[in-house]
Amino acid sequence: MLAQAAGGVPLAQLRYTAPLPAAYDTEKIDRRLVLCHIVPEDCGGFMYTQGLDSLGADCLHQATDAAALEQRFQSKVDADDRIEPKDWMPDAYRQTLIRQISQHAHSEIVGMLPEGNWITRAPSLRRKAVLIAKVQDEGGHGMYLYSAAETLGISRDELLEQLLAGTAKYSSIFNYPTPTWADVGAIGWLVDGAAIMNQIPICRCSYGPYARAMVRICKEESFHQRQGFEIMMTLARGTPEQHRMAQDALNRWWWPSIMMFGPNDAASKHTAQSMRWKIKRFSNDELRQKFIDITVPQAEFLGLKVPDPDLRWDEATQHYVHGPIDWKEFEEVLKGNGPCNRERLETRRRAHDDGRWVREAALAYAEKQRARETQAA
Amino acid sequence: MSQQRKQWPLYEVFIRARSGLEHKHVGSIHAVDARQAVEHARDLYTRRQEGVSIWVVRSSDITASDPGEAEALFEPAKDKIYRHPTFYSIPDEVKNL
Repeated sequence: MLAQAAGGVPLAQLRYTAPLPAAYDTEKIDRRLVLCHIVPEDCGGFMYTQGLDSLGADCLHQATDAAALEQRFQSKVDADDRIEPKDWMPDAYRQTLIRQISQHAHSEIVGMLPEGNWITRAPSLRRKAVLIAKVQDEGGHGMYLYSAAETLGISRDELLEQLLAGTAKYSSIFNYPTPTWADVGAIGWLVDGAAIMNQIPICRCSYGPYARAMVRICKEESFHQRQGFEIMMTLARGTPEQHRMAQDALNRWWWPSIMMFGPNDAASKHTAQSMRWKIKRFSNDELRQKFIDITVPQAEFLGLKVPDPDLRWDEATQHYVHGPIDWKEFEEVLKGNGPCNRERLETRRRAHDDGRWVREAALAYAEKQRARETQAA
Repeated sequence: MSQQRKQWPLYEVFIRARSGLEHKHVGSIHAVDARQAVEHARDLYTRRQEGVSIWVVRSSDITASDPGEAEALFEPAKDKIYRHPTFYSIPDEVKNL
């Protein structure tokens, strides 16, 4: 491992190089990941990280080289100990995490767009202030997650490049449009509600930085869901037209929200490995069921109808039974053929390009100031 | 073509939640300089009044112990259990000790 003569090792060096096998070139990590591991067919069930827990066979093979280390690593995970950036970890674990965390981060960033669309048209100053705060939170969540991904040896710039180049995935839920104000309510209530359901178990994820980011995110997410429900409540109790608007939003967001949990367990090939690594703690179907069980009564409270003709309460299991999910639609959106895929990425690219001069000017200014200070000293 | 990559440097962020508590590491942030790092840290880590004071330090300026050598590094304390109060047996009838 890392040989260091006396005393310490600079943190940066440890964070970015020490845990990587010698053969690893940090600069190339992103391309390897992109090329071999994003498999749209199996989105693996991390709702913000679709296309994810699909490990390439080569990764698993590489990991066997370090069998002894891996065994020690696994016993640590089994003992519910946390893995930290500088600890040894299997290559496949590192790559799975980079993909999962970065896709989660990208989802937060792209997730700002559908709601940001309504900031200028929010129906009151209160709603507008709330929406700005919420969208700002989503941006913040993206930052926490990018930071967590960076501890695994990939740079922020590389992560952003993957998003803008379209090689990285983000949750397909954000490829649906937000034509009415009720969509802002539905997103908060359903999309953030589903996200919370998925994210709470990740607070106990085996990788320390990811778990810590998730704790912070979950604390903030609850406000998002409640403000969304409040919007829905106001509309549902409003004029018949407002009620219709709320129902229409529920009609459009229900199934995409249900699909956020990923494919059925039987179709999710790599859940087992992620569970063994304690990156994932519940299966897709378990989380989906929990979400449906708590959300259906909320819809009833609102006086809205869940758009699933087969939905029924099963007395024996004490769970709701839902109708068949249209995975065709899900796959299409995942492939990039959703209603807003192209628009979302274009918007991100434009924002990135338009902001370039600001990033460069800020850096140049800071460098000039530093040079002046050195000169004066 | 790979563009000229010039990333903003990375800073580690420490926040004091209230007077009387120590600064605690909360995460990291990219910024052009320390001053901007403080402002960005405020926006990212204290949106809900989580702090009354912020420290930032360039990540590259932190020296950390090597986990590979943790065993050797922390070994000296291992056999010195007499540093703990429970090492000493004191009769029950002795109070306040």
